Amino acid sequence: MRKLLIVVGVLLAVHVALLFVRPSGSAQAAAGTGSDRGVNVGLVLDIGGLGDKSFNDGAYRGAVRAEKELGAHIRLIEPGEESDRESGLRLLAAQHMDLVIGVGFIFTDDVTQLAKEYPNINFAVVDYAIATDKAGNPIPPPPNVAALKFKEEEGSFLVGALAALVSRSKKVGFVGGMDVPLIQKFEAGYKAGVRSVCPNCTVISQYAGVTPIAFRNPGKGKELALSQYQQGVDVIYHASGSTGLGVFEAARQTGKYAIGVDADQYSEAPGRVLTSMVKGVDVAVFDMVKRVRDKTFSGGIYTYGLAQNGVGYVYDEHNRALIPDSVRARVEQLKGEIIAGKIPVPSTR
Amino acid sequence: MIVLAFLAQTLRIAIPYLFAASGGVISERSGLIGLGLEGYMLGGAFCGAVASYYSGSPWVGLLGAVAGGAALALLYALTAIRFRADQVVVGIAVNLLVTGATRFFLRLAFHSSANSPRVPGFGAEQSGTGLASLARNPLIWLGILAIAVMAWLLYRTPYGLRVRAAGEHPEAALSVGVPVDRVRYVAAALSGMLAALGGAYLALDQHQFSAEMTAGRGFIALAATIFGRWDPFRAALACLFFAAAETLQIQLQGAQVIPSQFVEMIPYALTIVALAGVVGRAVPPAALGKATE
Repeated sequence: MRKLLIVVGVLLAVHVALLFVRPSGSAQAAAGTGSDRGVNVGLVLDIGGLGDKSFNDGAYRGAVRAEKELGAHIRLIEPGEESDRESGLRLLAAQHMDLVIGVGFIFTDDVTQLAKEYPNINFAVVDYAIATDKAGNPIPPPPNVAALKFKEEEGSFLVGALAALVSRSKKVGFVGGMDVPLIQKFEAGYKAGVRSVCPNCTVISQYAGVTPIAFRNPGKGKELALSQYQQGVDVIYHASGSTGLGVFEAARQTGKYAIGVDADQYSEAPGRVLTSMVKGVDVAVFDMVKRVRDKTFSGGIYTYGLAQNGVGYVYDEHNRALIPDSVRARVEQLKGEIIAGKIPVPSTR
Repeated sequence: MIVLAFLAQTLRIAIPYLFAASGGVISERSGLIGLGLEGYMLGGAFCGAVASYYSGSPWVGLLGAVAGGAALALLYALTAIRFRADQVVVGIAVNLLVTGATRFFLRLAFHSSANSPRVPGFGAEQSGTGLASLARNPLIWLGILAIAVMAWLLYRTPYGLRVRAAGEHPEAALSVGVPVDRVRYVAAALSGMLAALGGAYLALDQHQFSAEMTAGRGFIALAATIFGRWDPFRAALACLFFAAAETLQIQLQGAQVIPSQFVEMIPYALTIVALAGVVGRAVPPAALGKATE
């Protein structure tokens, strides 16, 4: 029994130790102390961490920009396990940061709780999930919490229109990660975008699963994409985290197109990635730091859409050759109409 | 055409299960619970990707995966046999350890705790989706072979007899001079290698390692081991059945015929059914999970 305890203890200790090892590259960036006047910002990343070429990298980019332009001090925590998220937030709150940012909807409950315990610290959550009461009215976040919301449906609408305009088979696909309202928003906007330019196009939409692991299952993503391509789909838009890596792999294997999400994912399958629906997580993070520095921060819901440059699609030297000028013009026209409020974009399916 | 596509997809999904389940069978038949399969798979996927990346050859990747899986399984066996630790606890600890360790080494090697860069694999660009492209992937053949070899090993060789004896009645085996502990170490190492090949299949097929990419496949393989009543062929059938259910769900999901929750539940629900004795009696090896005195 004693031996058992020792063995388990050692294994656990090693495990915990591994979780707390800091990334060598970013540790220097985090080393700044609060001795001068800059804003102290704590950033807790979601599972996936730095180098996910997506969400977390976007948040980090915004923080680095704030460091350079606003003289902020960034302290970065990458939780290794789900249970470390809350302790990461708590650690930063206890260190009296001026602003603590949780990157991902998964932080919603923890931050809501912590914000009550630390009323003098400002919090922000990217993709904060707004709860509703029994009557269906939204419950606002605590007064020291900024809920950063993106109109993913608007960006998805544009890539949907683009997919339909480029598709030759008039069949396009969607691969979602976990089947939850946040991801259904992408699907709803995408479908509306397809319909807006091609009412008789077919959209096949599928999800990788009903648990959070559905965002980290590239094998499943590849199978979903392969079966869609086989059914005649020639463009697939994914909103599924690293599950989407499998979608790109399937696009390479079949020579068809895929559309990236959150960040520019062109490099995942050069020549096969039509565009990416980009989410300005960096814009939102920078905006929050700036507000704290300028003392204009207040809790509430902040929405970043096409108009605020919070969402958009990639059009640059890499994918220009894949998108005809007429398609580009049409999508830009739709973008203008959405910003002007002429086209309502649905956010539920 | 549709039938062929269905078969090809079922096989692609089943291969990692087949590898891991054949590992699960030998581990459990020797008396060691196969809870660490998920960890061996993930470790194998990681080592396979790293070895393939640095050597430029997917074959070296397979060797790396086999080495990594064996090392993890021996760590498990050491704690379970030498230190007589509770196998369930250590099995879970191994899975947690691998989840953290792969992220850690991913960061060390590639400066990202999410993904590795692109690594050489067996699949070619624009090779299509049919059975023909499958046949060119040697891991498909290895996966099918693993089951046959496992059956031969268990039922046709002296070592197999010793494995079964160690799992059923280790004291009796010891009394006739079978080195039970050594038999179990070897069984554990084999199970680690096989499960790791299943993980390597995933990583090389994606040409990339990404964190937690095995996504519970080790547990499904363990379910197949139990549902197959610790027999290689029946376990293989269980793997194919689970894979076919998943394929059906993928192909029909657009039509929303089967709720995806239902399909995700199938392996686990059937395992409970099997353990409850509904389809024949599922009797685990008598000494499963017990350390020898």
